[in-house]
Amino acid sequence: MADNRRIIPFGPQHPVLPEPIQLQLVLEDEKVVEAIPGLGYVHRGLEKLVKTKDINQMIYVVERVCGICSFQHALTYCQGIEDIMDIQVPDRSRFLRVFWAELHRIHSHLLWLGLAVEAFGFESLFMHTWRIREKIMDMLDATAGSRVIISTCIIGGVRRDIDSELTKFVLDGLVEVEQDLKKIEKVFLKDYTVKKRSVGIGVLSGQEAYQLGAVGPMLRASGVKQDVRMSGYAAYEEIGFEPVVEQDGDCYARMAIRFKETLLSIDLVRKALTMMPEGEISIKIIGKPQGETLVRTEQPRGELTYYLKADGTDHLERMHIRTPTFANIPTLLTMLPGSQLADVPVIILTIDPCISCTER
Amino acid sequence: MVEMIKVILGNLFSKPATRGYPLVKREAFNRARGQLRADLNNCSYCTLCQKKCPSACINVNKATKSWELDAFACVICGICAEVCPRMCLSMDGEYRQPVYTK
Repeated sequence: MADNRRIIPFGPQHPVLPEPIQLQLVLEDEKVVEAIPGLGYVHRGLEKLVKTKDINQMIYVVERVCGICSFQHALTYCQGIEDIMDIQVPDRSRFLRVFWAELHRIHSHLLWLGLAVEAFGFESLFMHTWRIREKIMDMLDATAGSRVIISTCIIGGVRRDIDSELTKFVLDGLVEVEQDLKKIEKVFLKDYTVKKRSVGIGVLSGQEAYQLGAVGPMLRASGVKQDVRMSGYAAYEEIGFEPVVEQDGDCYARMAIRFKETLLSIDLVRKALTMMPEGEISIKIIGKPQGETLVRTEQPRGELTYYLKADGTDHLERMHIRTPTFANIPTLLTMLPGSQLADVPVIILTIDPCISCTER
Repeated sequence: MVEMIKVILGNLFSKPATRGYPLVKREAFNRARGQLRADLNNCSYCTLCQKKCPSACINVNKATKSWELDAFACVICGICAEVCPRMCLSMDGEYRQPVYTK
């Protein structure tokens, strides 16, 4: 090893990292030449629980895989079981699923936007973003009964309906949220400080992103138009969906894409509420699942995959979860070498790491 | 920085976004699930809540007529309140108060 090489352990406990991942950064002066990841600090063995809990109880376990996008996990799991049992859920429940899924996407993106600017020390913008997010949390609390882990998705539909009063509450709230976002849009997309810390940093070309198997905003920021919502699961087909794509592939593009997706999600929530048909919200499930399936949905961080195998008993035989952060870690190891040590926190945060998801 | 200064100046003349929490409390939303309440006068000890609970926090004994809740293991999903045939269980919007011992 050359004399000027040093190894700096970055994490698992670090001020910019909300979650435990360790990266050993091999430095040559101030420049990173290699990054070695270390995972496994918060493994909880949730996949193993599938053999002890029955299929309905398991919904509440998979919701706890992620503390930010819990609804998408329940949605993916329920869609998987419905796929195995060949169940058609009522139309109204599909729209309600989109409604809650998009509210979760908005609050997840707002949380990330705040954390990203905090990583380079822009604390007042961080507080602004989280203040806006609080309005979304209130909407979740009012419509579903809980702020984050809302427990509304069940096999065969959803547990709760929303009436005209709640619809009005959400639509009025969204107008306020949109106005607040427009106020800080220029700060995120045009501010000198933000641009100085993000333009041209951590560049990932479209080809690299595709080859490394990146998913979600990481892939779309590099110019690849791919989003599982385009496949039209739940009610996305009726609502109509066109993903946001950026071309540059740097930290700025990834920030811009998440900001624009937040505005897009507000639109999707509005469309879901206005297009929602009347009717039943769930159907009774009879029988036990037998067979296997692979389901995909779009989480705020990217594509989420569930493999489910059922053997005709109360509980499943096997469940495997692949979360988007797991797919995005290889891109991190490509982006870090060649960057400056001071840019490492920003680059790590732009993959939107959710390590608790990754380790389940 | 100019853009942010406009926003910050606007904030000087607006109401605070936070509440002085222990003194000023927000009223819970109608549907909020804060904690589980049990009224056992009507309970038939059918053990349905125990069977459906995803976190196995309810312990019912039909013989001794006991119904116990491990409040720290409860995940407040509200399934027990939905399945209870005699409507003994309900969700309260108020969150549980902090305690000194578990």
